[in-house]
Amino acid sequence: MSKSIKIRKGLDIRIKGDADRSSVEAPLSSTYAIKPTDFHGLVPKLLKKVGEPVKAGTPIFQDKYREEIKFVSPVSGKVQEIKRGAKRKILEVIIEADKDISYEENSPVDIASIDRDKAKEILLASGLWPFIKMRPIDIVANYTDTPKSIFISGFDSSPLAPDYDYLLHTRDKEFQAGIDILNKLTDGKVNLQLRAKGGADAAFTQVKKVVANKVDGVHPAGNVGPQIHQIDPISKGEVIWTVNAQDVAIIGKYLLTGKYDASKLVALTGSEATNRKYYKVIIGANASDVFTGNTKTDNVRYISGNVLTGSQIEADGYIGFYDSQLTVVPEGNEYKFFLTSGWLGLGFKKLSNNSAYPSKVLGPKKFDVDTNLNGEERAFVVTGEYEKVFPFDIYPVHLVKSVIINDIDGMEKLGIYEVAPEDFALCEFVCTSKINSQEIIRKGLDVIHSECM
Amino acid sequence: MKFLRKIFDNAHAKLNKSEKTKKFFPLVDSVDTLMFTPNHTTKGGAHIRDGIDLKRTMMFVILALIPCLLFGMYNVGYQHVLANAEAADWTNVDMFLHGAWRVLPFVVVSYAVGLGVEFIFAIKNGHAVQEGYLVSGMLIPLIMPIDTPLWMVAFAVVFGVVIGKEVFGGTGMNVLNVALTTRAFAFFAYPTSMSGNNVWVSGFSDLKAAGNLNVDAVSGATPLGDLASFAQDEPAYSTLDGFIDNGNSLMDAFWGLYPGSIGETSVFAILLGGVFLLMTGIASWRVMFSFFAGGLAMALVLNQVAGEDVYMQLPAMHQLMYGGFFFGMVFMITDPVTAAQTNSGKFIYGALAGILGILIRIVNPAYPEGIMLAILIANVCAPLIDHMVISGNIKRRLKRVKTA
Repeated sequence: MSKSIKIRKGLDIRIKGDADRSSVEAPLSSTYAIKPTDFHGLVPKLLKKVGEPVKAGTPIFQDKYREEIKFVSPVSGKVQEIKRGAKRKILEVIIEADKDISYEENSPVDIASIDRDKAKEILLASGLWPFIKMRPIDIVANYTDTPKSIFISGFDSSPLAPDYDYLLHTRDKEFQAGIDILNKLTDGKVNLQLRAKGGADAAFTQVKKVVANKVDGVHPAGNVGPQIHQIDPISKGEVIWTVNAQDVAIIGKYLLTGKYDASKLVALTGSEATNRKYYKVIIGANASDVFTGNTKTDNVRYISGNVLTGSQIEADGYIGFYDSQLTVVPEGNEYKFFLTSGWLGLGFKKLSNNSAYPSKVLGPKKFDVDTNLNGEERAFVVTGEYEKVFPFDIYPVHLVKSVIINDIDGMEKLGIYEVAPEDFALCEFVCTSKINSQEIIRKGLDVIHSECM
Repeated sequence: MKFLRKIFDNAHAKLNKSEKTKKFFPLVDSVDTLMFTPNHTTKGGAHIRDGIDLKRTMMFVILALIPCLLFGMYNVGYQHVLANAEAADWTNVDMFLHGAWRVLPFVVVSYAVGLGVEFIFAIKNGHAVQEGYLVSGMLIPLIMPIDTPLWMVAFAVVFGVVIGKEVFGGTGMNVLNVALTTRAFAFFAYPTSMSGNNVWVSGFSDLKAAGNLNVDAVSGATPLGDLASFAQDEPAYSTLDGFIDNGNSLMDAFWGLYPGSIGETSVFAILLGGVFLLMTGIASWRVMFSFFAGGLAMALVLNQVAGEDVYMQLPAMHQLMYGGFFFGMVFMITDPVTAAQTNSGKFIYGALAGILGILIRIVNPAYPEGIMLAILIANVCAPLIDHMVISGNIKRRLKRVKTA
């Protein structure tokens, strides 16, 4: 019962800096880090002290409130540092890597012969569980839930997104193994969404035990949020799990080999990056291995992820757990005279979804965009602009406002269970009043999580 | 531009030295951000942002108002010449200069008083000055009769900004359109200076007193005033055709060389701005379209039921050309803050205002201009309309749970 859907509302952000479809093996980093901050709402409980040796696959911390969820070291070595922030919050657990990786050895899993509880047990014990996220709330899934279905997006439509067909190329078997175990976790379907136009890699097209849906249209067509909304919408009390396609292959690899080999491809993108291609790294790698020598200037912003939802990192920061992309864009920390490049200029070079700039029709094919806010934060004035890029049957501004005034009843009615912060990324981008709606929605989800679930 | 930048940086540095001067930060900041898009970068959330900001949005509305402003200036001079027996030899340039001389003080007073109030609130509440008043400040002069005393304008502006906007929390929070609140205040507080036959032509009363008035040619009334007089004992014209043939044809109404509020008379100038606003996407076509459709439908209905009523017999399109209908359609009803915010709500909202506007205007000739009141009523209804639309959406979502 595969479906074919179309995302009409949205926006493909055309910026410079695509990655070429070629890959290099990044050198093994000297340090790796797992960042508890990558997992929203997680309170980590450390399992290893500084100086203790670990192998790839050895748990280094766990969720304080859901202790079965373990987070494991991606490489072997020893715990070098536990980096803490304000109120001693753990920001990074840094592992000093060995020259050669030694793994926790487990036996490969015969997926056909295991039941749901056993499947959960394997995923939890091996540190693979954090790859599975849940909607609503958009956090690491609850192992006590049984989701009504599981969603995997087979492509990424965000700006400068890595090509999933390239990421998954030749990983057919691993991807299938991952799909197989996900099938054990739900009574419903495992949904895989592919682009309606253009072919996909064999890993996607040949895979079995999934419902392959076709998605046509503009970003956020590749996000699971709008896909779920049209294919199998979430109502209060329902749960859907989502997994990134590349992470499915990592799960699969463990099942086939018994080793936690979290190597994956990340794309280096962005107008300020050179040597833009795919780098083979291990999860938690130090991004300086990729950035060094590959950026044009110093006044740049390093982002793990894409420009809409990624998180800012230092030049020697660590790649985010879920990210398959690194982006380098120029910082926009300079004043712009209003008539030339500022707010009242002709603005042929300014990227905008608003017809008040000629960019939509007359601008260059691809824009060079910096991180300037292009204005100041204001009250909501302009209406209708969120709706143009928000492909949900939900009133986005009213939902945001209900969160601002902490109206739980309002949030529930207006559809907070169906959205994640990333679904508001485009709204945030187009907002004339420069309101950080992703942050607001995250706060709303936190309230719902603590009050209603 | 480095030179200019230095001045602002120095000013900020000086202000920051003591707590006392710090509160005047909004003053410098607002001029600074007017001259330069600030160097703020994104913190959290999307790392890149759309080029649009509220300043550009507001400034585009002001740009759209310029044809009305310029035409208004010319028309003020033109009407003055018609009325002034001693000004028969004035050239077009003279007319424009006379108009500019009369209109610019309105603009200055409107901005000075309005922004003054905004600054006081910004300093008191410690926030930046938001751009909302930039547009209101230009709208207010354009919807005033030319002979309104400036002190009345000033009072009305204070009322409009304080009661219409700041008590609700400032830009983006107001329920009523600020410019119309201002006009409504002036209209009801000083009715003799805001309506009647003596206020629409520059210097009309003075000319009358000095005996220089071209009595035969000019009555001083607006076309709507003339039309409304059909319902009274002494109509200005004996028949509708008499009215139309006396310089009040459809095209005359379109070009707009007749007495009226400063910027509202020329449908041509208004539509220039309207097309600009639609092309740049600043104004909502949904609201504009439904307002027009609502007004036209109401006028057509009244045509049908007119019977002996001469005023109602005026053809619908001709009816719409007069008064503030088009000005309201392009610049007032489209104010996003006070309009309905949902896309389907916008249709209902616009249509409601259009229907009410023509209904009030024609059926209640005590208010020859019903558009102002209609838009204010629609403003009040907008949240209700949105509520209905959103309730529909909520019900749809709940239904899904039940059927599932």
